[in-house]
Amino acid sequence: MKSAVIVFPASNCDRDAQTALTALTGTKPFMVWHGDTEVPDVDLIVLPGGFSYGDYLRCGAMAAQSHIMRDVKKKADAGVAVLGICNGFQVLTEAGLLPGALMRNADLKFVCRPVELVIEESQSAFTRRYSKGEHVRFPVAHGEGNYFADDATLDRLEGEGRVLFRYAPGDNPNGSARNIAGILNEKRNVLGLMPHPERASDPLLGSISGRPLFQSLIDTLS
Amino acid sequence: MNESSSTAITPQMVREHGLSPSEYARINELLGRAPNLVELGIFSVMWSEHCSYKSTRAHLRKLPTKAPWVLQGPGENAGVIDIGDGDACIFKMESHNHPSFIEPYQGAATGVGGIMRDVFTMGARPVAMMNALRFGEPGHPKTRHLISGVVAGIGGYGNCMGVPTVGGEVNFHRSYNGNILVNAMCVGLARQDKIFLSAAKGAGNPVVYVGSKTGRDGIHGATMASAEFNEDSEEKRPTVQVGDPFTEKLLLEACLELMATDAIIAIQDMGAAGLTSSSAEMGDKGGSGIELNLDHVPQREANMTAYDMMLSESQERMLAVLKPGREAEAERIFKKWELDFAVIGITTDTKRLVVKHKGAVVADMPITALSDEAPVYQRPFTRHAPREIVQPRFDPARPVLDSLLKLLASPDLCSRRWIWEQYDYSVMADTVQAPGGDAAIVRVHGTNKALAISTDVTPRYCKADPFEGAKQAVAECWRNLSAVGALPLAVTDNLNFGNPERPETMGEIVGAIDGIGEACRALDFPVVSGNCSLYNETNGEPILPTPAIGGVGLIKDVARTATIAFKRDGDTLILIGETCGHLGQSIYLREIEGREEGAAPPVDLAAEKRCGDFVRSLIEQGRLDTVHDLSDGGFLVAIAEMAMAGGIGAQISLKEPASVPFLFGEDQGRYLLAVPAAGAAFILEQAKAAGITASSLGRTGGDKIALEGAGEMSLSKLRAAHENGFPNLMSGSELPPKN
Repeated sequence: MKSAVIVFPASNCDRDAQTALTALTGTKPFMVWHGDTEVPDVDLIVLPGGFSYGDYLRCGAMAAQSHIMRDVKKKADAGVAVLGICNGFQVLTEAGLLPGALMRNADLKFVCRPVELVIEESQSAFTRRYSKGEHVRFPVAHGEGNYFADDATLDRLEGEGRVLFRYAPGDNPNGSARNIAGILNEKRNVLGLMPHPERASDPLLGSISGRPLFQSLIDTLS
Repeated sequence: MNESSSTAITPQMVREHGLSPSEYARINELLGRAPNLVELGIFSVMWSEHCSYKSTRAHLRKLPTKAPWVLQGPGENAGVIDIGDGDACIFKMESHNHPSFIEPYQGAATGVGGIMRDVFTMGARPVAMMNALRFGEPGHPKTRHLISGVVAGIGGYGNCMGVPTVGGEVNFHRSYNGNILVNAMCVGLARQDKIFLSAAKGAGNPVVYVGSKTGRDGIHGATMASAEFNEDSEEKRPTVQVGDPFTEKLLLEACLELMATDAIIAIQDMGAAGLTSSSAEMGDKGGSGIELNLDHVPQREANMTAYDMMLSESQERMLAVLKPGREAEAERIFKKWELDFAVIGITTDTKRLVVKHKGAVVADMPITALSDEAPVYQRPFTRHAPREIVQPRFDPARPVLDSLLKLLASPDLCSRRWIWEQYDYSVMADTVQAPGGDAAIVRVHGTNKALAISTDVTPRYCKADPFEGAKQAVAECWRNLSAVGALPLAVTDNLNFGNPERPETMGEIVGAIDGIGEACRALDFPVVSGNCSLYNETNGEPILPTPAIGGVGLIKDVARTATIAFKRDGDTLILIGETCGHLGQSIYLREIEGREEGAAPPVDLAAEKRCGDFVRSLIEQGRLDTVHDLSDGGFLVAIAEMAMAGGIGAQISLKEPASVPFLFGEDQGRYLLAVPAAGAAFILEQAKAAGITASSLGRTGGDKIALEGAGEMSLSKLRAAHENGFPNLMSGSELPPKN
């Protein structure tokens, strides 16, 4: 599986994504600068966590307008898998690749801690290595992860099996609607999620339950 | 002529610049003439306590700063130690106390930004942040506002930078009501052959300015930090700078990219006293002169004067001296990161700082006048007579488990989760030990080794006895590092005190420095960097003496560490170290009996070393994975913390009836271990052979703390009190009575 990580000026989980991808795929991903106009020909594009352009405006709002995002959209439309983690999820909603928005956390504070997630759907390129209903543990670290969409959109996401990750009952760290932690686009090739699977891929860091996400992609895309 | 360089200096202007009449006379002597206003401003910041260390310099010289593994001691932007394999660890702690009291969010944020620049200006990538915070009484009207602002500011800056904030400490005491302490520590990693210093050697080299534009913010910040507070301090808000972590992130990446080339001769961040101190220090260290043309300085506002530009403390700026001809290459890198880049001067061989603006020379002075010739004071001080160790009164009939419950919920001991969950502590994916343990552990990226980091000081001990208290701060830091299995290597110190012009306060400073020196020598734990923050008082009320110690240790095999959490049922509990039951200055005495009295617990440094070396070797051998050092609250609090962290209880059986001094005394040099029963006898034998006091006191298991002869209490009850303490404090729902 060939992959690329998009690097915005204040991305700060780009290296973490690179480390996890290198360890699990055996190949270093391309690190693609935000000012470039084209993503190399890859199977997976990762939009990493961080603060893209400082995010003094809505998180991801400026990144969604960047040069490189035009090509990311084009490739996503063409069916290339796109994984947006944390800030990457925010960029995907701002770019219109995923529905809804990520608002400020309900308690208005940044939150960093491991959260318990429920795998809602294993029928996807991102989750086939998990089983439906399985509980996993990823860290979250964000100030704006409160997922919001209107009821019709939420119903549709649920009805179409596009909610892949939900916060376990009682462990919703940000007030997200219906405990949603990660969603797919309609074509099921773009995933955005707030928790960090790349920080749950090394036994020394307390959890390896993020690995199956990357392994699912390897299975599907290699 | 420029307005600011033609104004005549009046005694009032001298006073307003924080200079004494004798200091002003000395400036006239050094220049051979009266200074102009720009020069007066430059002298005022360079000779301020903050920049010159004029009250402490004579005493700081006594600290041990050398060891075979010290690559760079005090005097540079940060200290550097050898951590093997060609790797270096670069670290420093610095205060941002005064700005954080006036404007907590920005004060704390720019404190984080400033200390990160100190570390990456030397070529290191910052990999961990710590912070040591002291606030006033929880019930004081400003305390909660200050906590919220400071914590959000630290998080706001550090989180955006993508550097994990992995730990720290927080204390409350009324002496900080009008003067909180915000001490931030940054730890970075570099290759030993890629360390950058600030000595601007050689003449004719371009002096370049990179980063943000210069504005009028933070003018005289260093001078403010060198004066006491009063009711009018709020009016000083404009002297607090505003941080921009996005720009700092760009600056970090751009600097590291430039550092990968060999274009740099010297580089220095513009921190306190901005352009003035960075240029003067670089010239001073390089034995060269510097000529600046302020017309080329990137400016945020129109009509800035030379005075404004030389004294601005605008954030996220660096000054570098490049090899001639390398400007274009450097500029390309900074343009890529969309940062300002300007050649604003040149090095000379005159050893003078010459500043030009709009065609005129607006300042011209020998650099040594700003550095070597800065005043050094031998301020009078009164030594504190050590207090006699007498066991304070206490009520022996108080139920000990009720006291434990109260202590675990008290402001100084309750869980700090409310704070650290606002910090991204797991970014960079190398945080092996998250906040909440004895020391943070951060893996050296891509290797099998790790750094352990801890910050420590117990200010109430330092008030009772500055010498023993400072020794204790160093010893506790060393102990915390040993408790996770690290070999402690070096410290940075952040000395926070009141007004050094008072002999009693100066006595605290001298006593504390002596205590740090003695402990650091005994423990092979040299001081490689540091910062002094004096004049921490409001309306004549000084803070508790607070010499914060930030220590770094090395773990050779990251698979062999220990944490505080109980891991198995049936482990044997072993107490290492001598217990006398010292209740003086204990948390128990303050929180339960309502009195702050007695002597600080004495530290036997030889025993400290013996016990720590013993515990560390067990961890290194893979025989031990569960350790907690005994500190605030003593034995019973430590047991409870280990039980809550692991979700496993303990049955404690003591040889004698459980007494308050045994359970809550704060004797030093102790550790609590939990080891599989099969290995316990071996460890006890080994301890005996090493001349170390060790005894088994019970075993792990169950879901409560059961204490023979004193009853039991469920972990869920203890945990609820411990976890709710801080949120309750912040919501104001359970404000403790004023102490």
